[in-house]
Amino acid sequence: MSRSGNDIKVRSAGLEAAQFDTTAFTTPPPLAEATVAILTSASLHHPEQPDFAPNDTSFRVLEADRHDYVLGHWSQDVDQTGFGIDYNVVFPIDRLQEMAADGRIGRVSDVHLAYAGNQFDVAGIRLDSGPEGAKMLREAGVDVVLLTPV
Amino acid sequence: MSTLAHVLEEEGLATVSLGIVEEQLWGTAPPRGLFVDFPLGRPLGRPGDAEFQQRVLDHAFGLLEAAGPTIESFPEQISDDGQVLACTIPPIDDPDAHPAVAEARGLRAAYNRTVAATDGRVGAHRVVKPDDIPAAIEAFVRIAEGTPWKEAGIPGIPARVTQDIRGYYEAAAMALADHTPAAFEATRWFLRETEAGKVILAARDRMRNDGVKQPIWFFLVTEQY
Repeated sequence: MSRSGNDIKVRSAGLEAAQFDTTAFTTPPPLAEATVAILTSASLHHPEQPDFAPNDTSFRVLEADRHDYVLGHWSQDVDQTGFGIDYNVVFPIDRLQEMAADGRIGRVSDVHLAYAGNQFDVAGIRLDSGPEGAKMLREAGVDVVLLTPV
Repeated sequence: MSTLAHVLEEEGLATVSLGIVEEQLWGTAPPRGLFVDFPLGRPLGRPGDAEFQQRVLDHAFGLLEAAGPTIESFPEQISDDGQVLACTIPPIDDPDAHPAVAEARGLRAAYNRTVAATDGRVGAHRVVKPDDIPAAIEAFVRIAEGTPWKEAGIPGIPARVTQDIRGYYEAAAMALADHTPAAFEATRWFLRETEAGKVILAARDRMRNDGVKQPIWFFLVTEQY
């Protein structure tokens, strides 16, 4: 049980989680040689991209070299000021760039993905937009993906 | 979120998932998961604290060394202690307007300062433009005073509109506060201390008492206040 005293987190704990019979497991190359991308469920998008509609299972492609990220998450139960102060608290792209500069990761991907995390029916993500996003990341040479919620 | 971790791994990508709700993380059982006991909306913990964020990432990426599926907990916790932001609302001199509407107009300069400082990451950007926030508040004033919600002139999906009103106020609060707000600190200020927040809560009560479908009124605000 969460210890941070947030009632919303306690309520969210009871939501039904997607079940997988087996756990797929990919062994990555050494991190210092890996290309790393971020996938966030914070419904981020660039200003010119469409906002996420209710039950929207599609994704938006986020560019690493621009920082005009908009938080499109539908839930009222998410703090928004932290992201306003520092986007890295949700989308730590600057931290990854620093790690790449220090040689701790091989390279930061040019493309990153955002989905809408507040979904009760994840079949569309599991069967359609998830594999499509994975294919895009693989074509971009990504080895490792950091998944951040909101 | 962790559903996607399974999908990506099946496609040959190695993943590390941060999870804020511990039971959800364990329930979905991603290949590599790190439980971070932080407030919702801040999965890297502390905005503006690169060192703290790096510690989270170091722990997360360390899971890539594991030979098989693993879930660990980040040892540091950030509690939501229920703080309410203290900030002074600019004086209002508009006796003809509803106090909430006048209040919103009075906050516009502060709002603009935050939007400029944050590249527009916070504020009203979903369905209500900043210029239209006072009119959106007026719609909720009408509901609170008895107008049926469908006739009140809400300029969009009600919960999306209140998100923009909240975003407008929180952005203004960020400019008026003398410190970096903790998670939900500005939200509590909005809902407890401002005229607009009180109007939305009154409209919510009215809708609930009038028998409006629960999702319409329930999601107007967070319960985290």
